[in-house]
Amino acid sequence: MVKDQNTVCFRTMHLKEKVRHTLDSYLSVGGYGQWKRVLNERPDPATLIEELKLSALRGRGGAGFPTGLKWSFMPRSAPGQKYIVCNSDEGEPGTCKDRDILRWNPHQLIEGMAIAGYCIGATVGYNYIRGEFYEPIARFDEALGEAYAAGLLGRDLLGSGVDFDLYTHLGAGAYICGEETALLESIEGKKGQPRFKPPFPAQAGLYGQPTTINNTESLASVPVILEKGGQWFLDQGRPNNGGPKLFSVTGHVNAPNNFEVPLGTPFWELLEMAGGVKDGKALKAVIPGGSSVPVVPGNIMMNTDMDYDSIAKAGSMLGSGAVIVIAEGTCMVRVLANLAHFYAHESCGQCTPCREGTGWLSRVLHRILHGHGRPSDLDLLDNVAGRIGGRTICALGDAAAMPVQSFLQHYRHEFEHLIEHGRPMEQAA
Amino acid sequence: MSDKITIEIDGRTCEAAPGEMIITVADREGISIPRFCYHEKLSIAANCRMCLVEAEQGGRPFPKPVPACATPVGDGMKVQTRSRKALDAQRGTMEFLLINHPLDCPICDQGGECELQDVSMGYGEDVSRFTERKRVVKDEDLGPLIATEMTRCIHCTRCVRFGAEIAGVRELGATGRGEDMRIGTFVAHTVAHELSGNIIDLCPVGALTSKPYRFTARAWELTAEPSIAPHDAVGSNIQLHVRNGRVMRVHPRDNEAINETWISDRDRFSYEGLNAASRLTAPMIKGDSGWAETDWQSVLHWVADGLQRVVADSGADQLGWLMAPGSTLEELYLGQKLLRGLGGRNIDSRLRQQDFSGDAADPALPWLGLPIADLEQQRAVLLIGSDIRQEQPLLAHRLRKAALAGAMVGLVNPYRVELTHPSRQLPAAPGRLAAELAAIAKAAGAGGRSSLKGLIATADSGDVHAEIAAALKQAGADGNGLVLLGALAEASPDFGLLKALAYQIADATGCRIGFLPPAANSTGAAFAGALPHRLPGARAVDVPGLDALAQLTEPRKAYVLWGIDPAHDLIDPARAVAALAGADLVVACTAFRTPSLEAVADVLLPISAFAETSGTFVNAAGDWQRFQGAVAPPGDARPGWKLLRVLGNMLELTGFEYASARDIHDALAAQCADRAPDNTPRAEYPVGTTAEAADGTLMRVGNVPIYAVDALVRAAPALQRTPLSAPLHLQLHPADAEALGLQDGDQVEVAQGPARACMPVHVSDDLARGGGRIPAAVPGSGQLGAQIGPIRVAKVSGENDQ
Ligand SMILES: Cc1cc2nc3c(=O)[nH]c(=O)nc-3n(C[C@H](O)[C@H](O)[C@H](O)COP(=O)(O)O)c2cc1C
Ligand code: SF4
Ligand code: FES
Repeated sequence: MVKDQNTVCFRTMHLKEKVRHTLDSYLSVGGYGQWKRVLNERPDPATLIEELKLSALRGRGGAGFPTGLKWSFMPRSAPGQKYIVCNSDEGEPGTCKDRDILRWNPHQLIEGMAIAGYCIGATVGYNYIRGEFYEPIARFDEALGEAYAAGLLGRDLLGSGVDFDLYTHLGAGAYICGEETALLESIEGKKGQPRFKPPFPAQAGLYGQPTTINNTESLASVPVILEKGGQWFLDQGRPNNGGPKLFSVTGHVNAPNNFEVPLGTPFWELLEMAGGVKDGKALKAVIPGGSSVPVVPGNIMMNTDMDYDSIAKAGSMLGSGAVIVIAEGTCMVRVLANLAHFYAHESCGQCTPCREGTGWLSRVLHRILHGHGRPSDLDLLDNVAGRIGGRTICALGDAAAMPVQSFLQHYRHEFEHLIEHGRPMEQAA
Repeated sequence: MSDKITIEIDGRTCEAAPGEMIITVADREGISIPRFCYHEKLSIAANCRMCLVEAEQGGRPFPKPVPACATPVGDGMKVQTRSRKALDAQRGTMEFLLINHPLDCPICDQGGECELQDVSMGYGEDVSRFTERKRVVKDEDLGPLIATEMTRCIHCTRCVRFGAEIAGVRELGATGRGEDMRIGTFVAHTVAHELSGNIIDLCPVGALTSKPYRFTARAWELTAEPSIAPHDAVGSNIQLHVRNGRVMRVHPRDNEAINETWISDRDRFSYEGLNAASRLTAPMIKGDSGWAETDWQSVLHWVADGLQRVVADSGADQLGWLMAPGSTLEELYLGQKLLRGLGGRNIDSRLRQQDFSGDAADPALPWLGLPIADLEQQRAVLLIGSDIRQEQPLLAHRLRKAALAGAMVGLVNPYRVELTHPSRQLPAAPGRLAAELAAIAKAAGAGGRSSLKGLIATADSGDVHAEIAAALKQAGADGNGLVLLGALAEASPDFGLLKALAYQIADATGCRIGFLPPAANSTGAAFAGALPHRLPGARAVDVPGLDALAQLTEPRKAYVLWGIDPAHDLIDPARAVAALAGADLVVACTAFRTPSLEAVADVLLPISAFAETSGTFVNAAGDWQRFQGAVAPPGDARPGWKLLRVLGNMLELTGFEYASARDIHDALAAQCADRAPDNTPRAEYPVGTTAEAADGTLMRVGNVPIYAVDALVRAAPALQRTPLSAPLHLQLHPADAEALGLQDGDQVEVAQGPARACMPVHVSDDLARGGGRIPAAVPGSGQLGAQIGPIRVAKVSGENDQ
């Protein structure tokens, strides 16, 4: 069994479920210690950012961009309003970790956002939460109320002259609003569509002001990194892959759950923690980082460790840390058709390749699935996916294309079988 | 620009400014990059992905193809627009754009001038790989001007960005996601902005097309004739698209200094009026048994004899001569020449003015005061009596740009105007406009002489007045402040006083002063001498003739009306009709038959309308713009200048031997060679008392709605069906309505002196208290009196009343 579980974002997990999320619980694990230190000592933000860089914390929202580096792009001392925005939209299929941070440790996110605000010169923060998260939203709002009441948020905090206000903003059911610039549009009250970059949010973000956007888990990691030191965090994982990470293990496993384990934990250990493959079946494939990343055959996965670099070597991406387990007997055409439908449904529609291409992919895949495929369809799918990837305004295009290309790469024979025989090679699911 | 950088596109070295987009540099170099969403005048959306190119910077290739429209150049950048990678990206986009687009160009109105069709010739495949079902999108009714076939939409969002950025009203937007993204109005309203027709040009495909034009011709059947738009003082450059001697549609012609790439809907759709059933196609004479057609030869002799008889019997001073300010320069010049040749003096083209007390003080050649494009650079503008969006749509657009760049726009007007930018508005009933101006003048520290001084000193200056004055002062000090007088100031019985105050404000703040000339050739009329107190070249006359109003209040024995419908084109229709009806001879030279003309005229002479004659317009900025006739006038109608030439010859007047309109232009131009527009007043404005409404009366505010300004627009059916063409009604302030016991929708009888008309009441607090807004120049308004003047309102008890 993996040691060192639940050391960062889940550090309240051992507390009683009923009170786990409260301010008192959080204080009992040393919570808000770092925020109070910042308010009392007013350290040079640059030293805090250095600590983050040392920790090798990489963005937990999917792209894995180093968080310390991102913060250093902000024109911290330039005049004018700046914003810190937390991305709790958590729309990536398979991902459900941010939900549990909001449910079980909301104060740590608040503390992380406040410290982030201090580091980048933002006095206002927004937490953009997926609208379907009724319970987590309530938990977070409750925590906000407690933090304000305790004088940890608001104006001139602890007499330091530092201000920080934090607001909740709810999504309305669009996956695309998890993309950081679409999220900003959505907060501004506009149609959630990604912006063309440059300019990047650090130059012109929310309401045109410099803005940093981070994932819930990234921000919630910050207080512990500052408490225990960047080196400690780095040591939890591997070089360039600092810290533990939350993995949402779902799909054909016996005990789906979120696990906070060190980066570099072997996949097989994680699979064991989730109770192994359902019904004792063999492992067929894994989508290791949320539905947008390439699929990896099971045998490769069993020899891969769960960190950014190792998964990249295995031909995929760590993404958001959503590990979708697929058991032997599953029809891969069906899996892909399902994913393709998702991306076609969630494309924002503004740019041509994604608007038109995702629907095309989905239609062809469903045609194949229903026994009306043609041999030429497979090259068509691969080619159409290639014409979407890398040519769109945001990464949703890539996210839609990558599964198609990887499924065809590893499971082409299943598609061919279905086209030839009009029924799937694998019937069970 | 000092810091030029060098980039390479397709192996060609190009100079560029840092920060420019690749596509801008390529366009300048004549290297064509396909595009759909990009448009010079709109923000960059980078959504169509048609312009993808390959690029490298500092020897490092960009990992993905980049959109040329949204990628700024850097020194040493190398761009490939036609490499294998670039072409594959462009072809990929093309394929995506076509999969759901109907491939039925032969039945699409855009066919032959479709950007998608054109680009697909270069980047599309012969056979589609798409075998799924195509998308079908429901159409929306956008009103009488714009037809939709939304299945053809390629989601470039040009139309959406036009609304948000240029029009300032988000009439269209995108709803839905992915394949279900739709361009529409959200709530199914008519697209009514006065510039909205431009989205027809912007739409690269056949999704948005011209409703009046569609399916009537093919692009390749049309010849494009350059012309100048005739309905306002902008002088927008246009193209008349002609087939078989008929104007089929009107498009803008680029002119950055004047209309940029836009035209107003009025200029775009008014051509429909050319083919109206009310066109006069033969000379007509009124006999005992009514109107009868006649021939030119005999009718002109009859007219010449008639005019000579009046001169012989009663003196040339008994001739009244009124010319529409939208007539060509050549017509105006010959018209005044003919009258003055007969010894007459009473000529005017200022048909919507009633206070001429400022004639002696007025600048000789009033104008906008600055080039049109410079409006954008103003930092503070005070508009006096102007519904500028309706009067001069494209000048309003320039002001909007100034306002969005931070300029203060103040407005003193009888009603609140729906501007699409921040503004400081001081709505005041017509009799109170002067008081508001005096308050601004006072806040600006203006003094003034004699009674003006008293008016300013006793004015009640509030915060808004002070704010406007301060902004004007600051802008004035930097040389970019402007005070502008519009059509409602001109129609005011206090026009002289308003001008006096406007000049006081301009002086005290260091701002420039400008006039918004009401028609396409109002400025030209001053050059041509079509005024009672000015000869050609704006030279002074010894004894001024009667102005437009005096010709009616002191009725003449004979009148010549040029391009005028008495019920709609004169400031006081009731009085005009009475005066004309009592005359011995009324000669109407007109392109349209109208009931009021038929009632008062003795002969109707058919003259060319816009597009049917060559001529010249001088716009608000003093630009002389010549144009050629593009189509022949209908039936026996003739260009106006030819009619005047023949009549001049028949009357044996000298100086009517012109062979062409060009000769007439040249003759006048020679007399104007040393003349330029200039707003310096020639004397102090006399200050009378203000026209306050008497007890129990309201002051009528008779604005001319955008689609009522002239006969051609009034005869254009599609424009008449838009929401901007509201039927006759009385708008009242809620407090006034309450005092009169009136409610929204009540029927009232409005009395203006002896004149009467019935209409419904609209209650709105846009209108200042004490005003009663009744549009002029719309059906039914011809029975009423002065555009601005006292009215009495009485409820008509209808069937619904107990
Ligand atoms: C289509 C799409 C959906 C996304 N959804 C999410 C999301 O739900 N949550 C999230 O944190 N990041 C999401 N991202 C990534 C964000 O754009 C962004 O990279 C991230 O929030 C940055 O935070 P980090 O640096 O802390 O990871 C999404 C990206 C794309 C292209
Ligand atoms: S209607 Fe025309 S202009 Fe508007 S988005 Fe569609 S294609 Fe573009
Ligand atoms: S023209 Fe560049 S993306 Fe449309």
